[in-house]
Amino acid sequence: MQASSRRHYRFRKATNVFMLSLSGLAAVIATIALFSVLAYLVVKGAGSLNLAVFTEGPVPQGSPGGGLRNGIVGTLILLGLASSIGVPLGILGGVYQLENDSKLAHTIKFFTDVLNSIPSIVIGLFAYVIVVLPTARMNPGHAFSAFAGGIALGILMIPTVMRTSEEILRLVPIALRDASLALGATRWRTMWSVTLPAAREGIITGVMLGMARIAGETAPLLFTAFGNLNFSALLDQPIDALPLNIYNYATSPYDNLHHLALAGAIILISIILILSLVARFVLRSKLRHIASS
Amino acid sequence: MDEKRAKRSQLGDRIYRALLFVAGISVLVIIIGLGIELAVGSRESISKFGFSFLTTDTWNPGALIFGALPFIEGTLYSSLWALVIAVPISLLAAIFLAELAPDWIGRPLSFLIELLAAIPSVVYGLWGLFVLQPWLVKYVEAPISHNRFFSKLPIFGDTPNGYDMFSASVILSIMVIPYITAVSRDIMRAIPRSVREGSYALGATQWETIKGVVLPYARAGFIGAIMLGFGRALGETMAVTMVIGNSPQFKASLFSSGYTMASVIANELAEASGLYRSALIEIGLVLFIVTMIVNMIARTLVYYTAQDMHGGSRKKE
Repeated sequence: MQASSRRHYRFRKATNVFMLSLSGLAAVIATIALFSVLAYLVVKGAGSLNLAVFTEGPVPQGSPGGGLRNGIVGTLILLGLASSIGVPLGILGGVYQLENDSKLAHTIKFFTDVLNSIPSIVIGLFAYVIVVLPTARMNPGHAFSAFAGGIALGILMIPTVMRTSEEILRLVPIALRDASLALGATRWRTMWSVTLPAAREGIITGVMLGMARIAGETAPLLFTAFGNLNFSALLDQPIDALPLNIYNYATSPYDNLHHLALAGAIILISIILILSLVARFVLRSKLRHIASS
Repeated sequence: MDEKRAKRSQLGDRIYRALLFVAGISVLVIIIGLGIELAVGSRESISKFGFSFLTTDTWNPGALIFGALPFIEGTLYSSLWALVIAVPISLLAAIFLAELAPDWIGRPLSFLIELLAAIPSVVYGLWGLFVLQPWLVKYVEAPISHNRFFSKLPIFGDTPNGYDMFSASVILSIMVIPYITAVSRDIMRAIPRSVREGSYALGATQWETIKGVVLPYARAGFIGAIMLGFGRALGETMAVTMVIGNSPQFKASLFSSGYTMASVIANELAEASGLYRSALIEIGLVLFIVTMIVNMIARTLVYYTAQDMHGGSRKKE
């Protein structure tokens, strides 16, 4: 009896050590993919990065050379377009959350999270149905446009900007707002001159996170911005984008295009990682700052 | 303050409130508009095929016969296998981060796992194509299909070539691990200490406490976390499209090519017109409805679990 209970105890201890080690191992396994992706891009792709990648446009498939200039410019334009939709709606939505505590406000908050998890391809489909199809109906021959892509990305950006803005604005001490209201300032004046400036860095951070979220989106652009073999910066024309280049080149059978895809992936990942790392550090120090002021 | 100015500032506040309201409500307008527009866009296909659209397994654009079944099956199958891989890893990783790791390990590790979520799908696809897929074929798929016992199992039926369900499921699992891990970790951290201490006081080991007390305490929350991951997997497009093989027929073998709802839209919509286009939009509508439902249930579970624990008064189940 004594011996068996001791054996049982030893078994329980062994199980404990085993399972806890397993959990540590799982945490490591979860990060292996990250290192593998980054290492692969750096090792294999660094050699593909050169000036021509930034200055040259695409070449016909099968011929050597070529660059990603069109895609890089296109992605910047698309980011600008998306921000002109996502940033105002996101920030104002965040302010709405701050100023309202109604049932409707809670419902909206819930659905902001739901919107954030709707697949990006479905959002792209929405832009396709409300922009691309009507365009094609009105003037045949035209369909895809930078504008349609910008709308899709703009919608994808709203939830991130809205939720970060709200969280940051909530950190601005109530006393600050009350003081302004007590001095006779109206609500919008208080928001404009007191609350928003106090949370400025935090809100910029939210915008950066929103841009990081959409910069690499590919699926919604396939049938909105579509891509363009010629250089174009016109909003009513199809436009090239870096993620589209990566997709097309990676799935092509040509070696030089594979290298371009790798170079594109490095550029894209750099943009996204810089945006999210800077945002994270600004956010952390700013959170401390607001909370202690 | 004279009356005129007071009136003007009142007007300012009214405009301000209206503006905020418009921005807030825009989220609901987008979601409702999305549902309506996709339904209108798929009108032609709905009236032609009706309910059988979901149960027909022929996809033949040339003959204008469209059934979404192979894509629905492919989406569910790849997502479920992704969960089979991702759930144990995510929950164990969350246990490590929330229960075991000291701050100096836990923080950077959490950070790295969150960075994984920032990598775009198309970059995962590129890596999947050039690194993961050849590796899987060589070290996992080939040995299994050469094994006398395993190769008899129907799930390992076909000849592996890398463009298959297996590659898609593995890459999907990598992509949902950060989400399930982060949400589960936050839930675990919110569970009160006293709950664990009660278990330790009874002589339980740390693992027994985790298994017997921590995990059951917020079961609904963990289910919600897993469903959030499931919702992600259902809608993931680029990485899957690049490795799944894109063949519109469903086979139960992991080593066969397949197709998903998101992939078929990504591949075919830009060139489609008429009934073909309408059928693709209807697939998008189905995907929208399914992911909406999965996400709403998941968010509700996670939300109420968190509320429960913050309130401290846990209802009896």
